[in-house]
Amino acid sequence: MPSLISKSPCEDLLPVEAGGVKLSEYPVDRVSSVAPFAGKERASGAALKAIGLGWPKPGQSISANGARILWTGRGQAFLVGAEPAGLDGLAAITDQSDGWARLRLAGSGAETVLARLVALDLRPGAFPEGSVARTGLGHMMMILRRDGADAFEIMVFRSMAAFAVRELHHAMTACAARVAAG
Amino acid sequence: MRLTCPLCGSRDRREFTYYGDAVYASRPGPDAPPEAWDAYLHLRDNPAGETRDLWYHEMGCSAWIEVTRDTVTHAVGATRLIAERGGGRASGAGSPAKKKAPSKPRGGRA
Repeated sequence: MPSLISKSPCEDLLPVEAGGVKLSEYPVDRVSSVAPFAGKERASGAALKAIGLGWPKPGQSISANGARILWTGRGQAFLVGAEPAGLDGLAAITDQSDGWARLRLAGSGAETVLARLVALDLRPGAFPEGSVARTGLGHMMMILRRDGADAFEIMVFRSMAAFAVRELHHAMTACAARVAAG
Repeated sequence: MRLTCPLCGSRDRREFTYYGDAVYASRPGPDAPPEAWDAYLHLRDNPAGETRDLWYHEMGCSAWIEVTRDTVTHAVGATRLIAERGGGRASGAGSPAKKKAPSKPRGGRA
């Protein structure tokens, strides 16, 4: 058995900064897909309530105790930062921890940067803190969540990590150049 | 052009993939005669007026959506989840195919 090197998806690529916007990587954490079995939706929600969360409505997430659950589609949510406890027999659980790159774009110009790659209204009124959207980041599929007033969590497939970093960094430097040019 | 995903709300057309007439989501039952399969695969109505299309929210929440459209005015009207329209087979997690698909699909010259 060769000894494998444990690396995060964006190791050696992040953090990068431009124009007051910083792109960094979240610490590697457990990510589980939770898909309640037919008729077990309520029971699954109750099991998630027991760990302080619950079942998120479409386009929303619930955070508590350093863990969060993101709505990711019909009958599916991603549990981040917590063990999927108490869901045996209630929902299909798939470990996704190594499948996704989780980036954090933060800074007062983060919305402007994302506006170059995302065809959504991301102003705080339309996309307040905790909001979640499955949409495109340029040509990539993405799960987007507002993490704070000026911060976004961006989840892309791990295989797309380097491309996502390049695309975002390109948009960041372009926005910074525009600001610098006045 | 924008489409309204019943789950995600109004989104750009680029997030969706078109799959033709919504009858495509209503497969004939396993016991259906060959004529039903022939109609399902090949025969489509060509209405002047309201028609229903099947779209897939590929670059989004992966929902299958039925979009009502008017071929005369080009107006795009209501949308609903294929899983909730009944009559066809449900798709996706959490909604098993309880209802049997109709053996006689809509459309065709019969």
